This record gives sequence, C-alpha cells and structure tokens, in this order.
Amino acid sequence: MNIGEANREALRRIQTGTAILVGMATARDVVPGLRERTVLHAGPPVAWDRMCGPMRGAVIGASLFEGWAATPTEAVTLAESGALAFDSCHHHRAVGPMAGIITPSMAVWVVRNETSGGEAYATINMGLGKVLRMGAYDASVLERLAWMNCELAPIVDAALRRAGGVDVKSMIAEALGMGDEGHNRNKGATSLLIRALAPHVAGARTGDVERALAFMGHADSFFLNVAMAACKAVLDGAHGIPGSTVVTAMARNGTEFGIRVSGTGERWFTAGAPKVRGLYFPGYGPDDANPDIGDSAITETAGLGGFALAAAPAIVHFVGGTPQLALDTTLDMYEITLGEHETYRIPALDFRGTPVGIDVRKVVETGIAPVIDTGIAHREAGVGQIGAGLTTAPMECFIQALEALASPAGPAP
Amino acid sequence: MTAAAGRRAGPLLGGDTRVVTLGLELFAHTCAAVGVPVVHVDWSPPAGGDPRLAELLSRVTDETPCP
Amino acid sequence: MSSLLSVPPRVVSVGIEIFTRELGRLGVGHVQVDWRPPAGADPRLATLLARLEARRAEVDAANAEALGRLVEGEPALVDCRPAREAIGLPDRTVLHAGPPLEWTRMCAPLQAAVLCAIRYEGWAHDDRRAQGLVEQGAVTLAPCHHWQSVGPMTGIITASMPVLVVENRARGNRAHATINEGLGKVLRFGANDDSVITRLRWLRDEAGPLFGAALRASGGIELRPLMARALGMGDEMHQRNVAASSLLGRALMPHLARATRDTAALARLAEFVGANDQFFLNVAMAAGKAMADPALGVAGSTLVATMARNGTDFGIRVAGLGERWFTAPVNTPRGLYFPGYGPDDGNPDIGDSAIVETIGLGGGAMAASPAVARFVGAGGVAEALAVTEEIGEITIAEHPHFRIPALDDRGVPVGIDVRRVVETGITPLINTGIAGRTAGTGQIGAGVVRAPLACFTQALEALTSCP
Repeated sequence: MNIGEANREALRRIQTGTAILVGMATARDVVPGLRERTVLHAGPPVAWDRMCGPMRGAVIGASLFEGWAATPTEAVTLAESGALAFDSCHHHRAVGPMAGIITPSMAVWVVRNETSGGEAYATINMGLGKVLRMGAYDASVLERLAWMNCELAPIVDAALRRAGGVDVKSMIAEALGMGDEGHNRNKGATSLLIRALAPHVAGARTGDVERALAFMGHADSFFLNVAMAACKAVLDGAHGIPGSTVVTAMARNGTEFGIRVSGTGERWFTAGAPKVRGLYFPGYGPDDANPDIGDSAITETAGLGGFALAAAPAIVHFVGGTPQLALDTTLDMYEITLGEHETYRIPALDFRGTPVGIDVRKVVETGIAPVIDTGIAHREAGVGQIGAGLTTAPMECFIQALEALASPAGPAP
Repeated sequence: MTAAAGRRAGPLLGGDTRVVTLGLELFAHTCAAVGVPVVHVDWSPPAGGDPRLAELLSRVTDETPCP
Repeated sequence: MSSLLSVPPRVVSVGIEIFTRELGRLGVGHVQVDWRPPAGADPRLATLLARLEARRAEVDAANAEALGRLVEGEPALVDCRPAREAIGLPDRTVLHAGPPLEWTRMCAPLQAAVLCAIRYEGWAHDDRRAQGLVEQGAVTLAPCHHWQSVGPMTGIITASMPVLVVENRARGNRAHATINEGLGKVLRFGANDDSVITRLRWLRDEAGPLFGAALRASGGIELRPLMARALGMGDEMHQRNVAASSLLGRALMPHLARATRDTAALARLAEFVGANDQFFLNVAMAAGKAMADPALGVAGSTLVATMARNGTDFGIRVAGLGERWFTAPVNTPRGLYFPGYGPDDGNPDIGDSAIVETIGLGGGAMAASPAVARFVGAGGVAEALAVTEEIGEITIAEHPHFRIPALDDRGVPVGIDVRRVVETGITPLINTGIAGRTAGTGQIGAGVVRAPLACFTQALEALTSCP
C-alpha cells in the first residue's frame, strides 16, 4: 500500500462512516478509561498550571458537581495537589466544546459508527450565557448540571430508544439546507432534533416533560455536542491507517492548538492557540478574548463548520464577513482536501459536497490552513461567549506533522 | 538551433500568438493591454518556495510506500 | 454634426439585439439596453398606463401607504377554535379557496372535497345526497377570503373544523386557516374517503382543542420574526416550510406539554406536527392574509393585496379597489412530478396559498431557497436568483423585515404593482404543489405557475375608470 492508497482508504471510511445517536448514558459506564477523580478536557493534553481561565472554572464546577470539593477553593487545592487526573477527551473517544470538561457522573450522548463499530461521547450542551463550558460554576450552573444529568438525561435516553435512534449524518445534511454549518450555527439541526424527539419525550410517563422540552429548545447550541460526537465517531474510524496523511482531529485547549493525523497514531502536533478574528458583542473586545478553545474543530475536520461556510450566509455577519467571504472560504478549503462529501451538500454551490479529508501535504504545499468558524470565550472563567469569528489552524502543526510523516524511519506511531 | 533548423521550423512568432502565463500576473496584464489573447494560470511554488518543506513533500508523494 | 463620426463612435443600442451583434463583430464599443415597448405595444393599455402616469404622485403616495400596511403587519398566532366560533361560520356553508364560483364550474378535486366536507359534518350520508344539497342551494358555497380565512389547495372550511387564529397586532384584524392535514390522501387535494374524515374528526376533537389551549396560554407566537428566521434558513414559506414548521414546533411544544396531562394525546400531536414539513404553510397563509388585508381600501393604490385560485379562475384584489375580484382562467402548474405522474395528470392552479407570494415570499423569494428551486424544477442557484430579480421588476420595494442572507441581506421584492405587471408583461410566479386532476389522487408533484396577465389588465381598466 502506498500513501495514495492509504489516503483513499481514509477518505472512504469518512464517507461511509455512520453516526447513529443511540441513547444517553452516564460517562463512567461508557467512556473508556474514565476512572474516579479523572477529568477529561478539550484539546491536546495540558496540565492544571497551564490551563486557561475558562477551563479552570469548568474544572472547579465539575469538581463541585461531583462532590469532590465543597467550595471552589477546595476544588482548586484538589487540582493543584495532583489528586485529579487530567487527560484529553480525544484519548477516550470523547469530545467537548470550549473547556470540554467531562467527569464520571455526567450524562453523555452515545453516537455509534456502525461501519467501524466504534462509539463517541459528548455531554449535553447547557445552552448560552453562564454555562459550565465557559467556566461558570455558580449555584445556577450546579442546579442545571444536576437536573440535566439526573432528570433530563433519562427522559432523553428513553425518547431516543423509543425513536429507534437518530441518524445524525442525515440530520446534519438536512440542516445544511437550512443555513446551518454544523459548528457555529445549529439552529436548523437543533430544531430538527427536537422535532424528532418531541413525540417520544411527550410520551414519557414520568419526569418534567415541559421543562425537558423547554430546555432542549431554548438554545440553538443544543445540537452542537451531538454533531461533535458524530464527527468524532466517523473520524476515529479513519484514524490509524499507516501512511495516511489525512487529518483526523483538530482541537484546542485554550493554550495550544493540536492536530492528529491518521498515519501518525496517538501523537499530537501542537502550536500556540491563536486568537480568533471576529465580531464582539457590545462591551467586549479582542483584549477580553480567550485564545481559541474546544474540541469543536472536529466539525471542520469532518467537512463542516468553516468548510461548509458557504451553506450559512446568515452567520457570516455574525463573524464579521459577507456572503462572498462565506463562498470563498469554502472554495479555498477544496484546495486542501482530498474529496467532496457525499452526504453533506451545499445548496448555494448547487449541492456540491463539502470539502472533506484534510491532507497535511496539501496544507503545507498551498500554504492554506484550515479555517475554523467558532465562538469566542471571555478569558475569565464564567463570563461566557463574547463574540464569534473565523480563525485558522496554525501552519506549524501541519509542518510538524509533515516532518513526522516524512521522517526516514517512517512516522513513529 | 542551427540556421537550417530555424528555416525548417518556420515562423515562431509570425502567426497569431497565444500566450499562457503562470504565476505573476504582470505578464498577463501586459499581453491583455496590447490585445494579445492570454490565459493566466494561478500558480505558486509549492510550500511558498521553502526548499526544506519542498524536500519533505517530495518524500510523501502518493506513490511513496507506507511504513 | 461635424465631429459625430470623426471620433470613434460609442453606441447605445436599445431593444432588439441585432444591432449589437453586428457592432460586436466589428469591434465597436457598445452598450445594450434591455427595453421593450410598454404593455407589449398594445395601444389601449399604453393609454391606460399613461392616464395613471398623469396621476403618478397621487398613486405613488397611495402605494406607499398600502405598502406600509402590507410590510409592517405584526401577525401573531394566538388561538385555535372551531370555525363556527372563530369566524361565526354557520352550518350548511362550505368555504373554498379562490374567487367565488358556482358548483358546475368547479374542478373535480374541489367538488370531491366539498362533498367530503358535507359528509364529515353529517349534513348528508353520501356523495349523491351531498351533491343534491349543493345543487338545490341547501348548502352555500363561498370563498374563504370572504370569511377572514384562507385555505391551501381546495381550501375547504366548514363550521366544526378548528381554525388557527392569527391576529395582526399592528392593526387589530384577524385571519384564519385550518390545521394542515399533512401529506398524502388529504381533503385539501380532493381526497374523499373515510380516512380523510377520521383525520378531520381527530383534528376537531383532539388536536384543535389542544392547540387552542396551548396558544391561549402562550400569549401568542409572533410570526413575522419566525418567518424572517425561516427565510434565512432556506424556506420561502410556500413550497418549503421545513424550518418554519420546526421552529414553530419547537416554540409550541412546552406550551402543549403544559396544556395537557394526557401524554398519549401530547405524543400524537407532537408526532403529527413533527411529521409534516408543510405544517407551517397554513400559518404562513393566515399571516399573509392578516398582513395584506389592511391594504385593501387604500384609495388610489395600484398594489395587489390578494391573489387566489379556485382551480378554474385566478382572482386578484387590488388595494385601491377594495373587495372587487378581477378574474381570468388559471394556468396549469408545470414542474417535477412524483414517479408515475406527468404534466397531463396535473390539475389547474388552485389554492389561496398565492397570498404568500402577495406578501413577498414564495416564488419571488426563491433566491433564499435554492432547495426549492430544485424541488419545483426551476433549476439551480442561478435560476433562483433570476426569478427573484425578475419579480423585482414588478414590485415597488424591498421588504424591511424579510431578508435574504445570500444576497447580503437585501429584502425580498414586495408590493406587486398592477402598472408594472401590465407595462412589462411579467406576471407573478407562484411556487405550488400540483394536485392530480382526478379527484382523490392527492399531490402529484410541485412546480411553478404564472398568474394570468388578464387579471391585471382588467384591474388596470378599473383603476383608470375611477373618477
């Protein structure tokens, strides 16, 4: 097998991978290797002392939720003492937006790739404003965490099982025809998911059905975590093909930006996380911004988000651009990918498939780095989202990956 | 090119000239300005002309065997 | 004159392109202006247009007033009640889509739907007796539009049917429409069997009351912002309503959950709404009528305030001419057909749903909806843009609230002007479902159809005969 063939196999697995949302479960029961006092986080591995504000806030919130600490101060002491084990979500078949914190008692979506037989996991999105993933940990956050994980999750799990699961790839494909791009704009997909689940949630015998329906519908970001888990499930199926130069993960921990490549095993290729260029909500500016953070760049890796920007002219204003910029961004991404998506299609490009299968070699050759369409978090824990914009993955990551792929002994796994 | 070869080859620029330019647009603009039909090809040297990167890229072509 | 041809000529060519083809061949710089004589060079119509031109300032002022009412309406979905209560509809009356027409001129699907409704209400036991009631005048037929209502396709409304109530909070007027039955064998496509009646009974007994309770408790759902969002999500709200239907479902579900303890009923309703991509169509139509009706009665205005079809006649109403209908034979839609069907199977154009085009959505908004362009066989992105551009020729403004993200948030073309339609010969384009011409077939496809020019020339005559 040569590199060309390895890449064709990676692309084939991406195109044929499925993502079926089969139910919800408690993280400790399904996420591999998630022991007690383990905290998973977004992006490549990072130690407590190098974590950014929002991530630390989320660790504190999770520790309080788990009952490992009674006060924020105790939680900080716990983290500093080394009593908590930190690891990347990506190492445990999981993904998380922004801080991306997952701990054992949290409920997670379970998405199954029937083609590869693997699964991927993500928590329930809490919505907008003061939320855990932005580093908030006050009483309202803890109340919502408790309700989501203890009350909402069983209702949604039962609904999913009654519905026979949800085909997430199909849902995303339909949402692309509704102005979504699957990362920063999920209004269509969230609406479709609620539409699919509502009859089964409504039929629940116990639980606060009204609160469940209201919560699911109150924020367009509800679908984001589902989309991320779906992308992870598909891309994991294409990971680990010797010789393949296809990118299988892009992720940020608020300090560093990292990528993983199919042919280079568990290695991360990292560089400093860039700041996001974009539009800020009134009262905020670039000095308030946290560097780029979250596993949500898994969506771009799968041919969505910035790569599907041409499908989402409505969001371009939100990120400070024009519809022409949206078209041009997608068109640029065709230069660095190996194929066009067979499922995700863009009406504005006469239903052309999105660019998919990022090739490290093409990125370095053209000098065009993947564009990511993302939210901007405040750099202080707990403030929340302060804007949105476009950022590019650091070229340094792809150069490092190229060096590894081209090394005389072959890439080290 | 010998004189004899030149006579056999015929006029190089005596007939309608059709031009293809690569890279810098200056040449294409000049042709268009004097009414010469031109096709411009958008091309940049691989890896921005960086020889180290170009060398690395040459080691990972589609035909390169997998490890 | 001396210097006219001593310098290189620069040519402007107007009208037929034969001149510019030659000029192009000779390498002479030129500009081609796309122009046609007004009103297709019909001298009678040109005279009428000239008469209006003489009153231009007055007409433009009236149009500005009518347009303001049309675009600034604030429709809210506030209730759902039986037609008998909501619009005072008496028994033995059957409302239908389009302008008025008598039984003998009705097309087969419309007749079948009328008979089915009579059986559903229990006014007759079978179609033969039901038809007898109509022919004897014991059952009255009337347009939905005359009863503050609109109906898609056959558009049938009778007294016990629950109707959604939309209130225009800017002006106080209301408009009503039934709950969309869903796809397949349904009353609006002229299906006439027991399954139709079973569903109508469920709508009357379970769905309608539950929607009513939820809507009253919700304080009303504002529709203009919802429709604006849906437009940005690829809907045009005539043939494509999936985003609007999903957004409405999302907004309604918590209120529905609060309105009943009966989880099975709630689940049935959620299933019913969720399975129907066109659920929002009837809501959009009622919202359209609620926004457009206040424009009727603005003296001197040449803007179209109603467009509607009954399968035989296409009717328009004009803001400056009140409730008068101007009718002409409908065209037959052409588009894409479901497997097994073709153009010869299609019923002539039918339904009040052209109210959607009247308020700037539907066909004229196709640039927002490349997916619909494909679905109705209009083509791709370029064709969708061309349609919106073309409708821009016969409208007077861009909508301040309904905007198209792909066109850098330009407003959809709105305010169809009778003068411009006659002048250019461009008639409104309507995106529509295609019904089978044989009663009971149901929907056989989707396509586009034009309003007949004759409606607009008749309206022009009426506008210019006013003192």
